[in-house]
Amino acid sequence: MNPKERIGRHNKKAAREESMDKRLIYFDNNATTPLHPEVKKAIFEALDIYGNPSSLHGFGRLARKYVEEAREKVGRFIGAKPEEILFVGSGSEGNNTVLSILNSQCGACEFNACSGKELITTTIEHPCVLEASKCMAEKGVKVTYLDVDKDGKVDLDQLKDSLTPMTGLVSIMMANNEIGTIQDIKTISAVVHEQGALLHTDAVQAVGKVPVDVNDLGVDFLTLSGHKIYGPKGIGAVYIRKGSPFCPLIRGGHQERGRRAGTENTIGIIALGKAVDMRAIEMKEEEKRLLAMKETLRKGIAEKIPDIRFVGHPIDSLPGTLNVSFDGAEGEAILLYLDLAGIAVSTGSACASGSLDPSHVILATGLPAECAHGSIRISLGRENTIEDIDYMLHVLPGVIARIRDMSTAYVRRQ
Amino acid sequence: MEQVNWVYTDKVLEHFMHPKNILEDEKNYHEDGKGITGNIKCGDQMIVAIKVDKEKGTIADCKWKTFGCASAIASTSVLSEMVKGMKLEDAFKISPKDINKELGGLPEHKIHCSVLGDKALRAAINDYYERSGLTEKVKREDARVVCNCMNITDHEIEDAVLEGARTFYELQEKTKVSTVCGECKDDVERLLEFYKNKHFCDIEEKPVTP
Repeated sequence: MNPKERIGRHNKKAAREESMDKRLIYFDNNATTPLHPEVKKAIFEALDIYGNPSSLHGFGRLARKYVEEAREKVGRFIGAKPEEILFVGSGSEGNNTVLSILNSQCGACEFNACSGKELITTTIEHPCVLEASKCMAEKGVKVTYLDVDKDGKVDLDQLKDSLTPMTGLVSIMMANNEIGTIQDIKTISAVVHEQGALLHTDAVQAVGKVPVDVNDLGVDFLTLSGHKIYGPKGIGAVYIRKGSPFCPLIRGGHQERGRRAGTENTIGIIALGKAVDMRAIEMKEEEKRLLAMKETLRKGIAEKIPDIRFVGHPIDSLPGTLNVSFDGAEGEAILLYLDLAGIAVSTGSACASGSLDPSHVILATGLPAECAHGSIRISLGRENTIEDIDYMLHVLPGVIARIRDMSTAYVRRQ
Repeated sequence: MEQVNWVYTDKVLEHFMHPKNILEDEKNYHEDGKGITGNIKCGDQMIVAIKVDKEKGTIADCKWKTFGCASAIASTSVLSEMVKGMKLEDAFKISPKDINKELGGLPEHKIHCSVLGDKALRAAINDYYERSGLTEKVKREDARVVCNCMNITDHEIEDAVLEGARTFYELQEKTKVSTVCGECKDDVERLLEFYKNKHFCDIEEKPVTP
């Protein structure tokens, strides 16, 4: 991208002042990703597939063929059978759908009902799981929230203690969106199944970044999303192990074998199929590349900027996710100064969220609120290069120093 | 890439990029009055220091420091410009609404970020009065306890409104006000309307006295 294009009416002065060639860098790949060029191509081609996959005629059958091909691809990518894949509109919808099985004793549909009435989840889940859990609790489901340690790992002993014969579902995210910590889902599933409960994992941040196989992990439900893996927004999928209880969130149609009413998002589904295909080809190499870049970034930040702390597990972490907290600097200010320099990151600060509460994930790791307010998340993706890292390391120290100079909460070490 | 404007106005951006009157050397500033408000746990803290022209009773200089976001930085920067040469009595009356106007408007959910500057300024003015023995001029912002069960004051309700509470339920969520006996509900609802009007209503209606 041409840096000149970046110069809008607000940035003319800033652009003049920049000595190093200004770049445009996207370091927010956990929020969403750019489309893979191959996915973009697949979308263009899919735009003409307009038949309704439910129609019996040729137009419909063609659309159906593409939808089912994509289902196979998504299934294959995570080691599932095609009929175990349910397409949904987003990761949030997928997670809400799975949690809703706890209310599946109504007998209105022919799906297996969930026998347990208790839910176990964690304090660091995505808001869609936390809010859905809160809603379940209002409806009479007993919800237990597991704590995490300083690196963001779930407390296994607490899980063992919390499981009861009444536990219907355990929902634990595979990789955390803010700090990147990856949970030991395989161990967790053994513990959960020993008690006869079902396990769901929100793998929206994990699928396509690290190897995920539903049988190896032993999960009963798994959620994934298209736009986190260079696919489009508005498409996700849920893996539902054959024979698991279920309860449709959206009723009134036979689509997705009665599990989700609504005409299929053909274009999104085809694009998701292409996106996972590309991940299958590129993931392994990219993982190494991102890890190396993250290490350079981590070392560079540690060398150039004093009084910082990295949040998240040092080893069991998403290859491209780095969360760092700067003493005495507020996250929204960091984010916006970086934005002025052409770098896009996100923050756990309350001020950027509109909710006034700092990141629940960082608080859950035991760090004080001021650290959560001063944290930024740098999430790398396939389009980032080592030059991006160099530019970040060139810009960031100045931004932090500038904010600290006007901070009431920072005392420079003598 | 098409450049989409910030959610902030040009003036906010200007003060964020080039903040004015930062209190760089706190020890050697020799201020006549200093006020501190906020808390880093809550994500924003503010220090305002003033020098006073004692002959004229005006603010000769104003400097500040903050642990805060873009709105906090910009609103305090603009405040520090506004008050220079202003009579102490007038500076005492500056409200977040005045600062907001000067900045060309902040997004509604960011208004609470701008309330610390004027609070710290009032604290600094009071501090000056105290230091110079003018204690009769010190104006305390006396808080009234509204909810006796949870010990919630009208100031806390005002803060909650500034932080985005618009309904009785949201007020309860933020402050836990009226969550025990419920006797103060009417009073709280009246205050809610009053502060919503005070801070977010641009039509010049005379608000009901709380």
